[in-house]
Amino acid sequence: MIEIRWHSRAGQGAVTGAKGLGDVVSRTGKQVQAFALYGSAKRGAAMRAYNRIDDKPIINHAKFMLPDYVLVIDPALAFSDNITENDKPETQYIITTHLDKKELIAQIPELQDKSERVYVVDCMQISLDTIGRAIPNAPMLGAFVKVSKMFELEDFLESMKRVLAKFPQKIIDANMSAITRAYNEVK
Amino acid sequence: MADKMELNEVEVWDGNYAAAQALRQAQIDVVAAYPITPSTPIVETYGAFVANGYIDGEYVMVESEHGAMSTCVGAAASGGRVATATSSQGFMLMVEVLYQASGMRLPIILNVVNRAIASPLNVRGDHGDMYAGRDSGWVQLDAFNAQEAYDLNLCAFKIAEDVNVRLPAMVHQDGFLTSHTAQNVSPLSDDEAYEFIGDYKAIDEMLDFSKAVTYGAQTEEDWHYEHKAKQHRALMDSYVVIDRVFAEFKEKTGREYKRVESYMMEDAEVAIVALGSTVETAIQAAEELRENEGLKAGVVAPRCFRPFPFEDIQEVLKDVKAVAVLDRSCPMGAMGALFNEVSASMYTTTSRPIITNFIYGLGGRDFSLEDAKHIFREQKGHADVGYITTQIQQFSGLRGPKLGFFESKRSK
Repeated sequence: MIEIRWHSRAGQGAVTGAKGLGDVVSRTGKQVQAFALYGSAKRGAAMRAYNRIDDKPIINHAKFMLPDYVLVIDPALAFSDNITENDKPETQYIITTHLDKKELIAQIPELQDKSERVYVVDCMQISLDTIGRAIPNAPMLGAFVKVSKMFELEDFLESMKRVLAKFPQKIIDANMSAITRAYNEVK
Repeated sequence: MADKMELNEVEVWDGNYAAAQALRQAQIDVVAAYPITPSTPIVETYGAFVANGYIDGEYVMVESEHGAMSTCVGAAASGGRVATATSSQGFMLMVEVLYQASGMRLPIILNVVNRAIASPLNVRGDHGDMYAGRDSGWVQLDAFNAQEAYDLNLCAFKIAEDVNVRLPAMVHQDGFLTSHTAQNVSPLSDDEAYEFIGDYKAIDEMLDFSKAVTYGAQTEEDWHYEHKAKQHRALMDSYVVIDRVFAEFKEKTGREYKRVESYMMEDAEVAIVALGSTVETAIQAAEELRENEGLKAGVVAPRCFRPFPFEDIQEVLKDVKAVAVLDRSCPMGAMGALFNEVSASMYTTTSRPIITNFIYGLGGRDFSLEDAKHIFREQKGHADVGYITTQIQQFSGLRGPKLGFFESKRSK
């Protein structure tokens, strides 16, 4: 069982990202679960989304998890939210930031003994450059593909194209470049 | 003629989308809806299906949930296949009309995405609304995940519309925990699904002008009692049709449903009885306890909340030593309703296991694997000494001082 926790603000696409990831993973024959905690949250409020991935049907419906991956798609939440909650020794962090990894970790005491498990990528800038809006979910998926080594980039892009099939070609293309750029830029 | 939709063998759908797809495949004549969180996406998605040509039927926007169910009653009495969805406060506003629908024997399908009832306002899942429907005369089926929300919708039409039932049916799923959680779902094709449900057979429809009928007539003490007793009997006897429909569904899909689901009960010493997504979390907890602690734990879940499967509960719990019955609704001055019903079933047997009650998960409070394990271990404690070692009603997952009520008078 792999468990993933997304830290996001309502409107940044964490729910869509988590569901998109679930959709792609299910196409490899795995069982998936994607859910979110937001309720009546308004745009901009801090919220969390979750994925579970396993070879057998997923029957645990608890929100509580010890995440294998923590994906932070809002730069400020790395500072204000408790991103290391229920951390375990293997938990890997992918954080969107314009800072380099050293600068970021220097400012977040909780990450200082975990630096080898922290990855950074500027999902905000990448989505502004490629999609034209600050929707950092697609780049985060690219970074996750790289860090998790769970898929080949080409296979992931192909599946993602099918998930996005209902959108205009322009939007599909923009998402593909966002994913690819983040895959190449995550450090 | 409505367009058909190509579906993959495995889709990743949340419970709401799964329910909306099943409603689309049923080719309903009238859906009248007033959306409310967390059931909104069901009717929102259904409305989009109508607008995009996937459904021939009518989508009626109304001014309230009372109006929604009233429109459903009118459309069903006129002779159409009818469905809608609601939650929580919307359900409460429908309640008056729910009794009208069942009393008029109208096979309407209502998707209830379970949510807490205000005040305080809360959009998350508990079973307050489901419990508020338990005397309303509807069949109540309970889905524990998105796949089941899809499957049970298909079954619900077939059960409710059967000539030997002709009663409305609710399909329940947990708000957010099921309704907004995407999981692998294997749908039927449009043709297979429709073929399973079958064409709607109108009975005594008001639009048949050659044969005038009255719906909702007044009966005082001369006939009211006989009508209500007959209605109760129809609901009690509907289990025969429910079992048959579940068997046909298994034949078609390989997926098996029972009015009482049981897991690892063959040799179980202790058991949890619960409803909704909690059932699956409890199963995983039981599996882990069996593997790691050798505790023979099992799980029992009424798939069919109404008609209540009294005899099946007796059968499945007869060899267990201690049972915890979990109610996700605040009983307000009494024991939990599910506890009372399970206890009544077991009191009329000779085995009479120890039974205690847990209130939990109100307003969406998380129910974790550890919570479930703690409850199982406590049951083991009761079983070992042969009496209830805790208070009879306890609150699981409540912050602050421990809350519980009543002591057992049964100790050795």
